[in-house]
Amino acid sequence: MTLIPRMFACLVVAAAVVVATSAQTPAPQPAAPQQPADVGIVITGDRGQPPRLAVPDFIAGADTAAEARTLAQVLYDDLAFEGEYDLIPRDTYASIPPAKSFSDAPFDRWRELGADGLVLGTVTKSGATIRVEMRLFDVRSRRQLLGREYSGAATNPRLYAHTMADEIHDTQSGLKGVARTKLTFSSDRVRDRATDTIESRNVKEIFIADYDGASQRRVTVNRQLNVFPSWSPDGRAIAYTSYRRGYPDIFISLIYQGTMETPTNGVGQNWLPAFSPDGTRIAFTSNRDGNSEIYVMNRDGSGLRRLTNHPAIDSTPTWAPSGAQIAFASDRTGAPQIWVVSADGLDLRRLSSESYADRPTWSPAPYNEIAFAARTGSRFDIKIYEVDKGSTRQITFGEGSNESPAWAPSGRHLAFMSTRNAKASQIFTVRRDGKNLKQITRDGNNFTPNWSR
Amino acid sequence: MMRTRTREVLLGVALLAVTFGCAKKPAPVLRSMPPPPPAATTGNEMGTTPQPLPPDPPLPEPPVVMPKVVPEDAIGSKSVDELNRSSPFTPVFFALDSFEVSAEGRTALQATADVLRQRPSWQITVEGHCDERGTAEYNLSLGERRAVAAKTYLVSLGVAAERLRTVSYGKEFPFDPGHDDGAWAKNRRAHFVITAK
Repeated sequence: MTLIPRMFACLVVAAAVVVATSAQTPAPQPAAPQQPADVGIVITGDRGQPPRLAVPDFIAGADTAAEARTLAQVLYDDLAFEGEYDLIPRDTYASIPPAKSFSDAPFDRWRELGADGLVLGTVTKSGATIRVEMRLFDVRSRRQLLGREYSGAATNPRLYAHTMADEIHDTQSGLKGVARTKLTFSSDRVRDRATDTIESRNVKEIFIADYDGASQRRVTVNRQLNVFPSWSPDGRAIAYTSYRRGYPDIFISLIYQGTMETPTNGVGQNWLPAFSPDGTRIAFTSNRDGNSEIYVMNRDGSGLRRLTNHPAIDSTPTWAPSGAQIAFASDRTGAPQIWVVSADGLDLRRLSSESYADRPTWSPAPYNEIAFAARTGSRFDIKIYEVDKGSTRQITFGEGSNESPAWAPSGRHLAFMSTRNAKASQIFTVRRDGKNLKQITRDGNNFTPNWSR
Repeated sequence: MMRTRTREVLLGVALLAVTFGCAKKPAPVLRSMPPPPPAATTGNEMGTTPQPLPPDPPLPEPPVVMPKVVPEDAIGSKSVDELNRSSPFTPVFFALDSFEVSAEGRTALQATADVLRQRPSWQITVEGHCDERGTAEYNLSLGERRAVAAKTYLVSLGVAAERLRTVSYGKEFPFDPGHDDGAWAKNRRAHFVITAK
């Protein structure tokens, strides 16, 4: 009579303990695969191998030969980027007769080439409108696994290819691809001189680019120093540090509206803004109380909270994906090291033991890692601190100086700046294991990248 | 001893100002001076027979130049940019990753304070700069500390804090674009800019 309720109570307590424990230390779980909406079959490769995909030129209409090639090449690059597939090089397709429609693909020939999956597409244009159709086939069964159709402005066919790549990744492996994400960075490529000084000083402006470096566009036009850009989570705004008033302060440009917000307006000097994962708050560095400290404010500047209080330098905040903690750099024990504090200013502790460590950048979930720049010899390399294990790994090795890492929203790649090519500083992307390095910028010097979600 | 050195430095600054002021651009004072006396001519150049010379006409009084006045007015009439181009200030240089003002730096700041005492209307921006060997992010704070260290010392010498604004440029605006010890040493500095006079 009394035994059963007691056992039940024990179970409830045990369950509560499990919940509480997991809440305290959120164990990184791989994201649950999303249930594909319209397809139940995924392409499989040979045992233990990623599926091999072929992406021939899309079937062109009357005047869309260029688009047909661009769509296939961009889709190929997007699919190769994530490493979920082994892409069969496009210059090996020449012997296979191109399909004239979705119904006459020579599947046996594609199979001979080793393809497990085949992406076919068509593209037609009428006036300023483009119409793109894409189908993904399982080569062995000749079954269509995915069909999509898009139409819209013909100005940038790459966007359709990026959308297709993200849909293939989403439906085939539940992976949230990054083909439609963007990078922002600071660049001196315009070579404008600062006008408020007698010195010869090149200004820097904020730029954006597609994640693969295409479509690079200038955001700021104020002929001052504009550095350390950071995306808002909705990808519609960039917070950055600008000297347009003669001293560093935080500005937020709403890039598609052409408007600007100044949340710190007039109080101290402020730099290195970082949006909270939910976009409602901004962590930043300020000297408003006499030296560099970490603060958090609401996006509109209200609700200011000081997180650090130390005569040493505290700088460069980054949010944990939960929004509950902030990592930053502090030189309170000598050279700068990575520290972490809860978002209410408690539980301060040091994480890194480097000769010099700066620019911590917390990964998105499900990973729980902090990338940073560590001094190795006379220059810097990118290292990654694994928060749960407390261990550190290195992903660049002394080719130039490598600094300012920024995670892709998937946590599978990072962007960073490097002087490895001819001493100019350029933006690169790299896989989280340090492989598949890709140069994103080439014009002028480019700095401090940040990756949109 | 300190006094003497201060005076020497001041004199040096004044002399420098004279040298640069005159060499680069005639000061307005000089422009308003009477024209120089016409050169005395003799008949020889005209190829005529020598004649007994009439007594020399009285020469115009030589213009009185007050050497002390020239630098004062030359500086007073210069634009802020011109002043900065021949800056009376010596930067304070720092060791790697340090914001400690050295003995040499203190001497430079003493001279800076002396000039500012002579020019009570001047407003100064103290810029903090770093070499390229630190990260861009940390260097912004390090440059800030260097600028504040220089400002704090100037304030301790009696310069009003309201006249001194600080701004850090981190490693964004190197003075020497090189990648060697010499360039780095030049780029780790507190740099003084006159922003109003």
